[in-house]
Amino acid sequence: MDMVFPLLSTIIFLPLGVALVLILLPRKNPLLIKVFTLIWTMLEFGLSLPLFFNFNEKTAGMQFMENLDWFPEFGIGYILGVDGISMLLVLLTTFLTVLCVLCSWNSITDKVKEYYASFLLLETAMLGALCALDLVLFYIFWELMLVPMYLLIGVWGGPRRIYAAIKFFLFTMVGSVLMLLAIMALYFHYGRDTGLYTFNLLDLYKANIPVMKQYWLFAAFALSFAIKVPMFPFHTWLPDAHTEAPTAGSVILAGVLLKMGTYGFLRFAIPLFPQAALAAAPLISILALIGIIYGAIMCIMQTDMKRLIAYSSVSHLGYVMLGIFAFNMQGLEGGIYQMLNHGISTGGLFLIVGMIYERRHTRMIADFGGLSKVMPRLAVFFMIITLSSIALPGTNGFVGEFLILLGAFRSNVSYGVLATSGVILGAVYMLWMFQRVMFGQITKEENRNLKDITKRETVILCAIVFFIFFMGLYSQAFFRKIDATAAGYLQNMQTKIASTHPAGPVPWR
Amino acid sequence: MVVMKPELAFGWIIPEIVITLSAVFILLLSAFRRKGDIGRLAGGVSLIGAGVALFFTCRLWNSAIDIFNGLYTIDNFGLFFKALALVISLLVTLLSLRYVEREEMIKGEYYALLLFGILGMMIMVSSNHFVTIFIGLEVMSIAIYVLCGLLIGNPRSAEASLKYFLLGAFATAFLLYGIALIYGTTGILDVREIARYVTSGNFLITPAFMAGMALLIVGFGFKTASVPFHMWTPDVYEGAPTSITAYMATGVKAAAFGAFLRVFYTALYPFLTEWTGLLWIIAVLTMTLGNITALMQNDIKRMLAYSSIAHAGYILIAFTVGDKVFSASILYYLLVYTFMNIGAFAVVILLGRKEAPNTGIESYAGLATRHPMIALAMSVFLLSLAGVPPLAGFMGKFYVLSDAIKAGYYWLAIIGVLNSVVAVYYYLRVIMYMYFKEPEGEIGRMDPSPAYAVVIGISIWALIHMGIFPRSFLLIARESVNIFM
Repeated sequence: MDMVFPLLSTIIFLPLGVALVLILLPRKNPLLIKVFTLIWTMLEFGLSLPLFFNFNEKTAGMQFMENLDWFPEFGIGYILGVDGISMLLVLLTTFLTVLCVLCSWNSITDKVKEYYASFLLLETAMLGALCALDLVLFYIFWELMLVPMYLLIGVWGGPRRIYAAIKFFLFTMVGSVLMLLAIMALYFHYGRDTGLYTFNLLDLYKANIPVMKQYWLFAAFALSFAIKVPMFPFHTWLPDAHTEAPTAGSVILAGVLLKMGTYGFLRFAIPLFPQAALAAAPLISILALIGIIYGAIMCIMQTDMKRLIAYSSVSHLGYVMLGIFAFNMQGLEGGIYQMLNHGISTGGLFLIVGMIYERRHTRMIADFGGLSKVMPRLAVFFMIITLSSIALPGTNGFVGEFLILLGAFRSNVSYGVLATSGVILGAVYMLWMFQRVMFGQITKEENRNLKDITKRETVILCAIVFFIFFMGLYSQAFFRKIDATAAGYLQNMQTKIASTHPAGPVPWR
Repeated sequence: MVVMKPELAFGWIIPEIVITLSAVFILLLSAFRRKGDIGRLAGGVSLIGAGVALFFTCRLWNSAIDIFNGLYTIDNFGLFFKALALVISLLVTLLSLRYVEREEMIKGEYYALLLFGILGMMIMVSSNHFVTIFIGLEVMSIAIYVLCGLLIGNPRSAEASLKYFLLGAFATAFLLYGIALIYGTTGILDVREIARYVTSGNFLITPAFMAGMALLIVGFGFKTASVPFHMWTPDVYEGAPTSITAYMATGVKAAAFGAFLRVFYTALYPFLTEWTGLLWIIAVLTMTLGNITALMQNDIKRMLAYSSIAHAGYILIAFTVGDKVFSASILYYLLVYTFMNIGAFAVVILLGRKEAPNTGIESYAGLATRHPMIALAMSVFLLSLAGVPPLAGFMGKFYVLSDAIKAGYYWLAIIGVLNSVVAVYYYLRVIMYMYFKEPEGEIGRMDPSPAYAVVIGISIWALIHMGIFPRSFLLIARESVNIFM
């Protein structure tokens, strides 16, 4: 326990503070606003690095904990902490935010101040949701994420932005309000059971909940997170939101916001209600498989690049869910790793599409062709990121996807077989899109004079490519941080199920 | 029960006396100085009167005493609502300073009636005696009937006044009839005595008593704008001067809920099982109808009227559950609700002008470009009304819903949260107009006044503060409902 310096609080609230200062800056000087935001987001990223380097790899418990009373009569606390799962996501968030600021440099010209302020508010909310270990605190940050994202889509988005923004808000809200009720039900259940009324997650992990009640509560939590992931039948908001959002909005949406769903399963739904999670595993795995294959097929048919990548997210997040619900070490670690990979590679793809869009003001695949002749540098980066997205060995995607498939095969061979078919489909749609956009003859005159990427854009893409290879070739650096947490995670789940069902079989090896 | 001697008892009602004297002073002022402009002076007197009364009300905190032979009671519950009413009167008076001039209303009477309305609210929440409650209710109502019609030359305002008066008279009759039936079957007018009597074992519940209870629900349901007694609300809220709409939406509702709560959680609490089912249905209807109808409104005042109906429904969730400790959530909700509603109405007033009230939703198009700070303030109020954390509106809903979950009213809670999702749509619609749309035509020059800024500033600060640090406010609310234990 490190109570000397409240590192997590500082990381969480620094962007909020910066946003407040930003509001006071003069509107007439957009450059000042941009530079100011960039510097502070970079500092923020730097500030989050100690989480990685000072992270204790040996323990599965929460680290960098902060625990303050907030509303003790009601059992609401201000409790923060990270473990191997959330720590890396925190870093991903602070990293992607820097790139988002950079990539919005020229594309956002209207209401610049409000744009960056919304972004910083979003960062605070995301980081808060990742670090909160009190259910009320978590819920507050969880809901707070909606407002800035709503504004980002609605104000700076594409032509159908209003529809997309409202759809995004309402979809997510429906799920989360039911989760709120489940949180309260859990609170009162635990309170009556033990006499301790608390929203402290670490206490609530110990709750002994009858299986029937677990099903209901798990369903409420799972609905909320499944909408966010998004899992197959609840995914319809995603293509709209992605297509209409500005580039940086898409990057952060794909990179971090979707991870909130899978993270929610990992942090809340599964460990709080392990029996229900176990019982629901076949259902969720099948939905994940449908998502993988359906998403991939939808991708093949898309004519809009951004929409294509949006559907590829449905497919990729299906892998993550499949890995998590395999309930074995490989699947779990692969799932966690793939969360990071997806943030990097899909974020990268959205950035690339954004760069092309800035030049041509269209995202239709049919409008392009032969771009590699006029934009050779972009082509290289695009290729690398594409290959990472289809999980070529040597890139980060391979490590995650391979582990997930391994886990899936171990839990159920047919899941593994189906999921592997999704890998092939993934290669089909990504490479086909790449081919249609970048190779062949230049068919449209407008494309002849496109400028290749600028220095600023090169920096952004270099950062992405660096992590693609680093995470692909030296994944050990990250797995060391995840190992203890993942092992402890499964261990806890096993003992918890065993303790409530002494005679029950443990259905995984 | 301590019954004070009359000469000492007046010390306990200083707030009421101050308000009465201020109101009478303003009336005399307007009678003797017909020609001069007394708007500022009357407004100032109202502010000072309400401020002084608020100070003395807070001083009385933690008193528990019966005065005037049990006709009047000073307890934390009443004091909470009195302080709330006084805060409302301060905020509404601040809002009115410029608004009354702009709309050229009769100033003296306006402020005097405003204060008499507050006096009525203060009386009705500070008594355990049916007669006093009724008198308070009438003092409040009659003042407001007139206030609704003060936009002279505006037929909508006259319609609002008449409609409110006619329907209000009916509701009053229902309430009075309910009181009469309960008095007829028990012979008691003091709510605590009724509670004691009906639980003593000598009492047999009769249809007449049940009918009395039902009629009380009708009467209070009317004042709190609960479905199906809400018919007057949209028209009256839309037609009345906007400052009075804010006053009704917050003050009348709070006071009515205060008296409603006191009567039902003391006198009629033994019959919880009898009335809870009825209120369950009313709560669900109120939330659902309010929210769904609000979806279709294109006028902000009407939209806020339906939203206020919906909020009455959320409050009724906690009411229905009948948990005495958790009834504090009702008080907290009313407190929060006051600030978000007055804030929203302040923005509505600020954007209007004499010739063009600008209450259509299209007037808000592009507001963020023209007046970013006003748009931001309005967003805060609307998001709080929608229950988005960390604003206080969320905490209000949180406590109300946790009340329902605690008592096992899962369906009520589920209907409540789904309703709040429906509500998000129409609140966001205004935000969408403000931020996502381009201005359509000019709404003209605004008529700013520092008083508006004060009201908006206080409301925003209150919403953020009560949302992030709800603790002290909820503890005060809990102390207030201790009288039910």
